[in-house]
Amino acid sequence: MSKFGLITKGIIKENPTFVLVLGMCPTLGTTTSAINGLGMGLATTFVLILSNMVISAIAGLIPGKVRIPCYIVVIAAFVTVLQLVMQAYVPDLYATLGLFIPLIVVNCIVLGRAEAFANKNSIVDSALDGIGIGLGFACSLTVIGFIREILGSLAVFGHKFAAADGALAFVLAPGAFLVLGYLMVLFNKLKANK
Amino acid sequence: MEYLIIIISAIFVNNILLSQFLGVCPFLGVSNKVSTATGMSAAVCFVVTIATLVSYLVQYYILVPLHIEYMQTIAFILVIAALVQMVEIILKKVSPALYQALGIFLPLITTNCVVLGVAISVVTKEFSFGGEAHMLNLGESIVYALSCAIGYGLAMVIFAGLREQLDLASVPKSFKGVPIALITAGILAMAFMGFSGLV
Repeated sequence: MSKFGLITKGIIKENPTFVLVLGMCPTLGTTTSAINGLGMGLATTFVLILSNMVISAIAGLIPGKVRIPCYIVVIAAFVTVLQLVMQAYVPDLYATLGLFIPLIVVNCIVLGRAEAFANKNSIVDSALDGIGIGLGFACSLTVIGFIREILGSLAVFGHKFAAADGALAFVLAPGAFLVLGYLMVLFNKLKANK
Repeated sequence: MEYLIIIISAIFVNNILLSQFLGVCPFLGVSNKVSTATGMSAAVCFVVTIATLVSYLVQYYILVPLHIEYMQTIAFILVIAALVQMVEIILKKVSPALYQALGIFLPLITTNCVVLGVAISVVTKEFSFGGEAHMLNLGESIVYALSCAIGYGLAMVIFAGLREQLDLASVPKSFKGVPIALITAGILAMAFMGFSGLV
């Protein structure tokens, strides 16, 4: 696969949310607005790129039997770095995303890429794969957040376009499931027509 | 009284699965049958309670005295991974019947975000159950963890029941599988929203 293909495949063909159906917890939990979705997507991308690179570099040194715990420690270390950086520079976003930042450790996308891609490919390819999958994840989170924000609070990226109240249910829990469900239907429909 | 409020609030009002979105992956993955959903829920109950107890002790007797609270994420995930392994080994020896029932679910639980999520929330978040907001003490933490796990199990078993019925219905092609499951979960979450304001 070409270097460019590695970056673009995550957006449609191997989209982690709509095609692989991984990492559902942050997808549902943080997409109350487009900005929150984008923030979460970029935070995951950061961890994904760095952990992919390090795991690709050390994969040859780790005995097969203990590889999963080792990967988890690498990922947890980068999540801790991310937590400290976010607390320092974007404390508001950190407070909004809350629990979901430490929970990147158990996000199946990150561990999944380590196991399926990074441990058999070169460092550069693994970094590109991290960028691709991370951006795909960020895109889908932003789209879901965008739709929920429009329906739920009648706003686009925090700017209200109408004075009325939106359908609150879309910002609350049920809306997350419904919006994601219908978007997946749309995705399947478009794929079937192609 | 306060314990009762914790229990009701964690099971119904702030259901960990349907209003906090923790543990959605196994929820969609193993909720095809009521029997597997029950097995998974029992295993989650067991591990969440023990993991919360151990990570509470790690936080207040190791991390805080040494001033290394920022190591929390790494410490907790290691504790949970080791704990799950240990529970598996002990269960195999002590109660083979229970091991048979829960065995296949245990390895999956390390990466279930309910476990890490509950363990982190009890030591970082302030809760207000009726009275003033405060950090939970050990007893409250364990009751909270167990109630969260019961709430998880409840949502999981109800949902598995719905999905068993859904298998018999004719669903449009694009809706098959995950999409219809998510939409069903959305309607179930709406039902649980009816409990808000109860506590």
